[in-house]
Amino acid sequence: MVTVSDLSYSYSAATAIRFPDFSVGKGEHFLLLGESGSGKTTLLHLMGGLIRNYSGSVRVDGTELSGLSETGLDRFRGQKIGFVFQRNHLIGALTVEKNLMLAPFLAGLTIDGKRVEEVLSGLGLEDKRHSKVTELSQGQAQRVAIARALINKPAILFADEPTSALDDKNCNRVIQLLLDAAGEHGSTLIVATHDLRLKEKIKNQIQLV
Amino acid sequence: MSLFILVWNYLRARPLNTAINVVLLSLGIAVITILLLFNGQLEEKITKNSRGIDLVVGAKGSPLQLILCNIFHIDFPTGNISLREAEKISRNRLIKKAIPLALGDSYRSYRIVGTTRAYADLYKSELATGDWWNTGLEVVIGANVQRMTNLKPGDQFASAHGLSDGGHSHNDHLYIVTGILERNNTVLDNLILTSVESIWEMHDETDGETGIVEHQEHQEHDSSFVASRLVPSVAAGDSTKELTSILIQYRSPLGAVQLPRFINSQSSLQAASPAFETARLFSILGVGADILMGFGYILIVISGLSIFIALYNSLKERRYDMAIMRSMGASRTKLFVAILMEGGLLTLLGSVTGLLMGHGVLAILPAFLEETQKAGITGLVFYSKEWIILAGSLLLGLCCALIPAIQAYRTDISRVLAGN
Repeated sequence: MVTVSDLSYSYSAATAIRFPDFSVGKGEHFLLLGESGSGKTTLLHLMGGLIRNYSGSVRVDGTELSGLSETGLDRFRGQKIGFVFQRNHLIGALTVEKNLMLAPFLAGLTIDGKRVEEVLSGLGLEDKRHSKVTELSQGQAQRVAIARALINKPAILFADEPTSALDDKNCNRVIQLLLDAAGEHGSTLIVATHDLRLKEKIKNQIQLV
Repeated sequence: MSLFILVWNYLRARPLNTAINVVLLSLGIAVITILLLFNGQLEEKITKNSRGIDLVVGAKGSPLQLILCNIFHIDFPTGNISLREAEKISRNRLIKKAIPLALGDSYRSYRIVGTTRAYADLYKSELATGDWWNTGLEVVIGANVQRMTNLKPGDQFASAHGLSDGGHSHNDHLYIVTGILERNNTVLDNLILTSVESIWEMHDETDGETGIVEHQEHQEHDSSFVASRLVPSVAAGDSTKELTSILIQYRSPLGAVQLPRFINSQSSLQAASPAFETARLFSILGVGADILMGFGYILIVISGLSIFIALYNSLKERRYDMAIMRSMGASRTKLFVAILMEGGLLTLLGSVTGLLMGHGVLAILPAFLEETQKAGITGLVFYSKEWIILAGSLLLGLCCALIPAIQAYRTDISRVLAGN
């Protein structure tokens, strides 16, 4: 599903970073481990198609990402990839429901009201459907962010430090949600983290140094 | 979900900011709309009221006053002119039509105008009910006069000397209403029309009621009687009767070249051109209108700046939103369009509110100001220029949103999401 080979990326002329070669198969779950500053987020962005100007090769679902145009990459992201970020980044101006509906709208997919309901109830948020996102607790907001990443049934789910701000109870809950959701649709899951609590949940690991 | 819903929700999420921008712009637009409607209607009225009148001849004094008094019936007369002199001028071969006017009396501040039927014909006025006046203190009243005084055909009233309320009233003689004019949105709506003789009779109080009748009988028996061109019941060359003015229509454009100069230099009379004097009046009033207009434009420019600042600042807060939307598959163009839409929607809201406010003010104004009601100013008139206002403010919104939109277009998703 994701194949990285000979990949390097330069932030500026002076600083460049090289990544190890690895390959993640369809439906596999991987942990991307490394200290802060080791390039976890950058690698995640490279694989997620948020950065184009790299050297080497990143193939996602058989497509070399640098070969896509800016707009092509936008479409690719919308239809194949779901992101969960450390800070949940919900759109404050919209309700929970509208936040979820934004994902298929921006990806150019049809919006299915039933799917919104299904995802919300799967995460125990059906009563929050019309709430403002500013009224949610941090745990609830994180679950809405996961719901938004899942709504398009992405082939690959990237999570960037999804648990580092959460306590043990919520941490377990969130990682379990991610694993369940990925399992349900056969999605590939890659979690970038320095949170050691996750090591026992996901056995496949890529270590960055 | 659509781009519009997204933009609309962003505007609603900052109600105070949105409201201030809308109000600021709408005030500027309202000022300009009011001026546009007011000036437009005033100009229409003026051209309508002075159509067919090429020249006004009256006593020496201010030419503007002559026009204001004899065409628009708002200022006071410059004085009287003798019928004989007026007649001499009206015989000029360059004149096609000369209509006498005798002013001086009013009823409840509505002016009584002594004239001939030609005056009503000038405005293509028709009777709504009743008959035209004949001799002997019969009057026909305008539509507004009827509405405000509730006079009906057959009613009698005493006029007051002077043109405003509270003058000495002519209680000895009563006018009798014979007809009511149809509303035609000219100055006639606010006038009471009668014959010149009636005005004379009213002021000829020493002569008694029968004065004119005797006069007429006497003249009709006289074989050498030549009727005056202006007031046929009087002999040509009568030296005692007076008028306020005569309205003149030229026979040929040559009249415009020769007549005013001839009258102003050769006689004790004064000639004034309505077209020239109203243009002069507008250039005087125009200064005030220009200042107001400038004020309106300043408000619009300020609101433009305010919208720019609001969008620019809110975009800083929304950098993460932008990046997230990009990560979900939104193209750069989509975000660019969304920001432009936000600016456009703001100014569209502002200008629609402003246009409504402008029309609203002019719709309410006549209820408080009798003068605007008399002038027939309403808020229910729409000019095509209002589309230009609407389009212009939309353009303003797009311009203000352009720089923020370009910034949104250029957002480096990865960098924003990584938090540096």
